[in-house]
Amino acid sequence: MNVLSIDGLTVDFNTAEGKVRAVDDVSFAVPENKTVALVGESGSGKTVISQTIMGLLPTMADITEGHVVLSDPHGKVPPVDIATLDRKGKTMRSLRGNRISIIFQEPMTSLSPLHTIGDQIGEAAVLHRDCSAAEARDLTQEMLRLVQFPDPKRGLDTYPFELSGGLRQRAMIAMAMICHPALLIADEPTTALDVTIQAEILKLIKDVQAELKMSVLMITHDFGVVANMADEVVVIYHGRIMEKGTAQDLFSNPKHDYLKALLNAVPSFNMDRDERLMPIRPIEVKADSLKQRGTASKVAPGQPLVEMHDVVKEFTLRKGGLFSTKPASVRALDMINLTIKKGECLGLVGESGSGKTTAAKAILRAIEIEEGTIRYNHGSGLENVHKLRGPDLLDYRRRVQLIFQDPFSSLNPRMTVNDILTEPLQIHNIGTAAEQAERARSLMDLVGLDPRFLRRYPHSFSGGQRQRIGIARALALNPEFILCDEPTSALDVSVQAQILNLLQDLKRDLNLTYLFVSHNLAVVDYIADRIAVMCRGRLVEVGETREVVSNPLHPYTRALLSAVPEPDLNTPLDFAALDANRASEPGEWPEPFRVVDGIEPVLIEMEPNHFVCAPGMKTRGALEGTAA
Amino acid sequence: MIYYMVRRILTMIPTLLVISFLIFLIIELPAGDYISNQIAALRTSGESASIAKLEFLRKEFALDRPFFERYLIWIGAWPGPNGFDGLLQGNWGWSFEFDKPVNEVVGPTLPLTIVLNFATILFVYIVSFPIGMYSATRQYSWGDYGFTFLGYLGLAVPNFLLGLILLYLFNRWFGLSVGGLMAPEYIDQPFSFDKLMSILAHLIVPTIVIGTSGTAAMIRRLRANLLDELHKQYVTTGRAKGLTERKLLTKYPLRMALNPFISDIGNLIPSLVSGSVIVSVVLNLPTVGPVLLSALQSQDQFLAGFILLFVAVLTLFGMLVSDILLAVLDPRIRLGGRAAS
Repeated sequence: MNVLSIDGLTVDFNTAEGKVRAVDDVSFAVPENKTVALVGESGSGKTVISQTIMGLLPTMADITEGHVVLSDPHGKVPPVDIATLDRKGKTMRSLRGNRISIIFQEPMTSLSPLHTIGDQIGEAAVLHRDCSAAEARDLTQEMLRLVQFPDPKRGLDTYPFELSGGLRQRAMIAMAMICHPALLIADEPTTALDVTIQAEILKLIKDVQAELKMSVLMITHDFGVVANMADEVVVIYHGRIMEKGTAQDLFSNPKHDYLKALLNAVPSFNMDRDERLMPIRPIEVKADSLKQRGTASKVAPGQPLVEMHDVVKEFTLRKGGLFSTKPASVRALDMINLTIKKGECLGLVGESGSGKTTAAKAILRAIEIEEGTIRYNHGSGLENVHKLRGPDLLDYRRRVQLIFQDPFSSLNPRMTVNDILTEPLQIHNIGTAAEQAERARSLMDLVGLDPRFLRRYPHSFSGGQRQRIGIARALALNPEFILCDEPTSALDVSVQAQILNLLQDLKRDLNLTYLFVSHNLAVVDYIADRIAVMCRGRLVEVGETREVVSNPLHPYTRALLSAVPEPDLNTPLDFAALDANRASEPGEWPEPFRVVDGIEPVLIEMEPNHFVCAPGMKTRGALEGTAA
Repeated sequence: MIYYMVRRILTMIPTLLVISFLIFLIIELPAGDYISNQIAALRTSGESASIAKLEFLRKEFALDRPFFERYLIWIGAWPGPNGFDGLLQGNWGWSFEFDKPVNEVVGPTLPLTIVLNFATILFVYIVSFPIGMYSATRQYSWGDYGFTFLGYLGLAVPNFLLGLILLYLFNRWFGLSVGGLMAPEYIDQPFSFDKLMSILAHLIVPTIVIGTSGTAAMIRRLRANLLDELHKQYVTTGRAKGLTERKLLTKYPLRMALNPFISDIGNLIPSLVSGSVIVSVVLNLPTVGPVLLSALQSQDQFLAGFILLFVAVLTLFGMLVSDILLAVLDPRIRLGGRAAS
C-alpha cells in the first residue's frame, strides 16, 4: 500500500516574466514503511514537490494538474487529495505536522531562537493530539529520549542557540516525529552537517523509522546518502522525472544519461589516482595566455614553500566585563607543525570547529598568532610571514590568495565582474587600464566563462559560475599559493566535479600550490597529494593521501573515514560501529593517542612519511617527527 | 539575571559622569559666561554701579575658577565658595536669567514633561503596533498603501502646523481652550478631579502632534522588521507543524520583530524632547523645551546644563528599561554568556 501517491503533478509559478513550470507531470509513490529518495541538482524542483505535499507552496505557485493522494495506513480517515485542499484551510492544517511532517536542511535557522526546544517540539502535540501542556511536556521528553538527546529532561528547557548543529537537527526530528506521522519528508537533512554527525543523523532517521513504522521521502543530491538510506530512487531534472526504480536497479544499471552523468560526478575512495571525474558540463581551460606571463617561481618543486612551526592561536570567547574575572579562551590552534611543499596539494580535513579555517587564515596573515612561526619561501629562503612589513607584505599578499567557501556572500553584489577581477590589479598597481581589461578577459577564458559576462553583476550567475569568478579573482595576481577554504561545500555534486577539475587543471598549467581545506574526505582524497587531519585545534595525522585513506592509524581519522557515506550499495555505512561523539573528544582517545589540555600534541612518524599525533609514544623513546 | 541588572545599573554611573562632563564642556565652549557678558554690556553703557554686585556673583558661583574646578564644583565633587554644594548634594544651581534657583524654574515643568513624554511614547506604540502588523502581513494591499500614505503625510507635515490645525479643530468641536496644558481657570488651583480631566483633555493635541512623526517612522520600521522575519525558515517550520496563521504570527515572527521596537524606547526620549521645543512654544506648553531654548540663548549655563543632564538621565533610564526588557524577552541576550562558555 502506498502512503503517498503523486500522479501527473504539474506546478506553475506565476512570476513577473510569466509562467514558469517548476514541476512537470511528475508521478511516483512512497510505499508504506519504505524510504524513497528524490535526487536532483538544485533548481530541479525537488523542494517544490516537498512544498506541494506539505501544502506550503508560496502563493504565486499553482498546482495546475495532478493528484497528491495521502492514504494514512493507521488513520481512520479516508485518503485525501492534497492537491485539491485549500493550503491554509483547516483540513490541510490538521494534516501538516500531524500525518505528514518535514525536516529542513538548516538546523541553525529552522528553529525559533526565542523559544525553548521543549516548547517548540511540544507545540505540535498540543495542536494535534489534544493533550494538555503537561502531557505534551512528557511526550516531548519521551521524543527527546528517542532521538538520543544526552539529557532529555534538561533538553526541554534549552534554547536552540545553546545546542550544536547535530543536536538541533535531532530536536527537529523529534519535532517532526511527535505526532507519529505516516510520512516524513527529509529535505536535505544532513547537507549542512559534518560527516560524522551526518552518519549519526542518518542512523537516527533509520532507527526512528523502524520504531514508528513510517515512510520517508528523502530529498538529497548526495548519492552517498541515497545508497545508504533509500529503497527506491526517483531522479528528477528540470522538473521532470528522468528515471525511477529500486536503489538496487539504479545503482547497478543506470539507464538514463543524466543519472549516469550524476553518478560519474561523485568522487569516491576507490578511484584510481589519475581517474578524472566527469562533470555534466565540463569546462575548457584556456591557460595559454596566462602561462607565458606567469612569473617563474624560484622555488623548486618539492621544496618547502610554507612551514608552520609550533603555531598557537587562542580565541577569547567573551570579553571580560567590568566585574567578571579572567575571560574564557579556547585554543583554536595547538602547537601546529606543518609543511606545505611547492607544487603539491595538501588537504586539510576536520569537523567544523577543528581549526582548519583558522590555520588557513593564519597562513594568509588574516589573523595574528600567539606563538610559533609561519614561514614562507619567496625564493630566497624561508621568511617569517608575521614579521613582513610594507612592500614585503604587499608582495606576500600577491603571492598568496584565497578562494572562499560561500560564492554567494564572497562577491560584492554592487561590483561588476570586471570590477571584481581588476580590483586586485589596481590595488597592486599592475599594468595600464588596457592591460588590466585584457587580463580580466583572459581570466574569464581561464575559468571557462564568456568574457562578454564581464559587465554583469554577480547576482546573474549560478553558484558554480560565481565560484569560478571567485577562482578567477584569486588568480588575477598570478599567485603561487592558493588557500581553498571549502570551495565546493556549498555546491551541487555536478558543479563540484566541475570546480574540482578546474582547480586541478589550473594547478597543472600555472604551477600552483594548494592548501585545500574541506570536511569532505572523498573530495580531499580526489584532489590532494597529502592529507593533514585536524581535530580540536590539533593536528592528528599527516601523510600521503593513499596512505592515510587506506591505512588510517589515528582513531579520529578512522572515525572520519568510516562516517563517509559511499555512493555504492556494496559498502554501506556501518551504523552499528558509530559511537556517538567519542571519536572527536581528544581526552577519550585510547593510549597512546590520548591528548588532554597541557600535553603537547607531538607528531610521531609511525610509518615512513606517515605522522600521527601520539603523545603517549614520545615517552617510550620513539623517534620524534617534525612532519616534514 | 539580577547580576545582569546590577551590572547594567552600575555601568550607568560612569556613563552619566562622562555625559555631565561633555555637557559642561559644550556649554562653556562659547567665550565668557552669563555674568561676564552682563558686565561687558554694563561697561559699554557706562554704568558701573551694579558691576560690583555682579563681580560678587561671579565669585559666589565660582565662575572665576579654572575650568576643571568649575566642573567639579558644579557636580559637587569639589568644595566651592560654600563648601560641597553641587548636583550630588541636591543643589541644581542658580538661574541667572530668572534670578532664582534652577529647581524653582524647572521644578513645575518637569512632571509635565515626563507625563507628556510618557503619553507620547504610549501613543506611538499603541498606534504603530497594530498598523505595522497589518501592513506587513498584507503587504501591497490597499490598506498597506493607505497607511503608508498617511505615515508619509505625518512625517512630512511640519509639527507646528499640525498643532495649530488640531488646536483650532478641537476648539471648534469640543470647546477646548487654546494652548496650555489645562484650562485657564485651573492654573494655580489646588489639584482636583476636574483639573486632572482638564489636563488629560489638553494632553491629546500635543501627544498627537509630537507623536505623529515617531509613529510614522515606527510603522515603517515594524513593517520592515516583520517582513524580514516572515520569510525566515523557522516560520515555515511553525507552519509545517499545522499552526493557524494568526497563532503562528503572534508566537514567532512578531516576537522577533519586537526587539528593535523595544530598543527604541531609549532613543525616542531625546528626540521627543528636542523635537517638541517648537511645538511647546507654539502650543504654549509649560515643558522644559522652551526653557532650555532660552537658557541656551542667554548662556544661562547652570539652567541649560541641568536640563540637558535631565534629558540625559531620562534617556539612560529609557535605555535601561529597554535593555532589561530585551533581556527578559530574548534568551540569547539573557543566556548568551552561558552558551559561549
